Amino acid sequence: MAKKEAAPRQAMPEQAPEIRRRNFEEVPLGYTAEMAVAEAQRCLTCKKPACVEGCPVNVDIPGFISLLSEGNFQGAIRNLWGKNSLPAVCGRVCPQEIQCEGKCILGKKGDAIAIGNLERFTADYARTNGNGELPPRQEKTGRKVAVVGSGPSSLTVAGDLVVKGHDVTVLEAFHKPGGVLVYGIPEFRLPKDIVAHEVDFLSRLGVDVECNSVVGRTVTVDELFEQGYDAVYVGVGAGLPRFMNIPGENLIGILSANEYLTRANLMKAYKFPEVDTPIPMGKNVIVLGAGNVAMDSARTAMRLGAESVKIVYRRSREEMPARNAEIHHAEEEGIELFLLTNPTKYIGNDKGRLTGMECLKMELGEPDDSGRRRPVPIKGSEFELECDLVVVAVGSGANPLLTQTTDDMKTNNWGYIEADPETGKTTKKGVWAGGDIVTGAATVILAMGAGRKAADSIHDYLTWGW
Amino acid sequence: MFKIVKREEMVGGTIVLNEIEAPLIARKAKPGQFVILKANENGERVPLTMADTDPKKGTITIIYMVVGKSTAIFKSLKVGEGFQDVIGPLGKATHLENWGNVVCVGGGTGIAVLHPITRALKEAGNHVTSIIGARSKDILILEEQMKAASHELKICTDDGSYGHHGFVTEVLKDVLEKEDVKQVVAIGPVPMMKFVSLVTKGFDVPTLVSLNPIMVDGTGMCGGCRVSVGGETKFGCVDGPEFDGHQVDFDELMMRLQAYSDEEKACYNEYCMLDE
Repeated sequence: MAKKEAAPRQAMPEQAPEIRRRNFEEVPLGYTAEMAVAEAQRCLTCKKPACVEGCPVNVDIPGFISLLSEGNFQGAIRNLWGKNSLPAVCGRVCPQEIQCEGKCILGKKGDAIAIGNLERFTADYARTNGNGELPPRQEKTGRKVAVVGSGPSSLTVAGDLVVKGHDVTVLEAFHKPGGVLVYGIPEFRLPKDIVAHEVDFLSRLGVDVECNSVVGRTVTVDELFEQGYDAVYVGVGAGLPRFMNIPGENLIGILSANEYLTRANLMKAYKFPEVDTPIPMGKNVIVLGAGNVAMDSARTAMRLGAESVKIVYRRSREEMPARNAEIHHAEEEGIELFLLTNPTKYIGNDKGRLTGMECLKMELGEPDDSGRRRPVPIKGSEFELECDLVVVAVGSGANPLLTQTTDDMKTNNWGYIEADPETGKTTKKGVWAGGDIVTGAATVILAMGAGRKAADSIHDYLTWGW
Repeated sequence: MFKIVKREEMVGGTIVLNEIEAPLIARKAKPGQFVILKANENGERVPLTMADTDPKKGTITIIYMVVGKSTAIFKSLKVGEGFQDVIGPLGKATHLENWGNVVCVGGGTGIAVLHPITRALKEAGNHVTSIIGARSKDILILEEQMKAASHELKICTDDGSYGHHGFVTEVLKDVLEKEDVKQVVAIGPVPMMKFVSLVTKGFDVPTLVSLNPIMVDGTGMCGGCRVSVGGETKFGCVDGPEFDGHQVDFDELMMRLQAYSDEEKACYNEYCMLDE
């Protein structure tokens, strides 16, 4: 065998950019078993693994990788499930480069172990070749938990508590479960049957999933207690779109990323008219913002047939919050970056339809509160960009539907729920919260980490009391 | 599935009533609130304000005009069949108060939405005058129900085939001139609500209108239902559906309702061709 450090990182095969930019199929194609074993064999299985510390749910990374390296795929998935109920999702959408892989010793001199790719391989292998076995479930406790929302933090809570013997009901406002995994993240990054499979896994474990249930409207948190629930977990996500508040924003052709992506992903509007929900087919599309949601929006627009797609962002490339891999994928697909550019006004025609956007060029000044250099407008630099569709992806706020109808549950100035960072306990007895409704928009894995802590705390409460 | 327990066709089948089993919604719903309905797996999420609810029976009633593919699919559903998804109750309930003298103005299928509000206003102790209108006598709906829900009912038709020959605004003006009206509620086509609000503004009478903008989730998430109210952007689904008619930018709303008009036409035509 060659020296370990000399083996190169197994590259993930992908659809070629010129092909994938016009289809909705997944971009990375996945490892073969041989590639996975070869990659796993690069792992040094460190005694004090830094990668595990970098993981918000502390997956036993050297453990599952060493099982993989021996070709024990079933053992590897069992190991993964011990800490992570959504490995197929995390393997795809976690920012490994700043978490587990970012801490990998091999990364100091060469390429880190492809932990995300291996996690993805393991979960996909179990899904397609597994025997459908379920983790053991403890004896029924008779205690009932309502989990509000069905995104990553809620699914984690549901999975953790159901195996501990509690009766778990997940309440989802949409007609399909999965939260942001279903309405937000596009098919080409996270195929929807994978999410459906993960939810189905929980259902087989005994979790009851009720869709079309808007907590705050169909039922309130207090009514859930009246119905006999012993604890409530609130994981409803952020889900309030932010706009720029610039003139002309209500012209036809300006959509929040929430709306654009929900139409495309949840409603499958990219198949219109085969499905009944339409989506604006922009010829010249501009996406405002530079996070992962902006990249998802831009790449969706390209796949819907746009002639040009531009990302307009007021800071420079260095400050773009999206993962590098996403920015790289977007650029490969022909999406242009208009950096240090800020929109000031929308222009429309007499039918109220968007025709263009006026922008100002920016330069970077002194650092602001976030530590990033503040973009400052350059006087007289106004120019116009032609566009018929703008997707506003500048972040989201706290949706107030649930909090406004729940007494004694404290929220902060921005409407996010106040929850203990260690336990997820809110100020209301019997209620926990986690994920984006506590932290503001963050990542899938951070939401799952919060879910894990809350599930432990809820279990303690149901066992010992508040 | 949310089963249809009663189905009626009105106005030669262009307007349809469905009473639907939805006990959780029926238990909570108040006048003025809406639901989102999705007929099947590939269906669109369609918001409709409820025309009635029966908490005891656990049913809600919707009355809709067949205007496109989605409502055509709704129409094709028989008693015993149902909607794959019904979500609600959504939006804020009508603010009800005993103002004294109120006028309820309705047009088209808006009368269906107006009816439970009219009834509730009467129950709250108001003296209710209702004015309902249609293009012609044979497309006027819920006359009997509106009569029972009001102290006085006035009818208008554009073609003069029944009641006053002309628009609801003319009759409304007449009432406002003669009586000390404290509150007007107007629900119907956007142009009707716009002109009613213009008339009542002249008399300085507060006016509530109920809007039905394009939306996806109905829970404040998508922002597709943006309406300008008093120069501020509001979300129809969570801040509404009812707003102060004197503050609403109706022209912008009318434009925004056209966002998918081409797609809707193409989609409906294709569906109708398949149907033939």
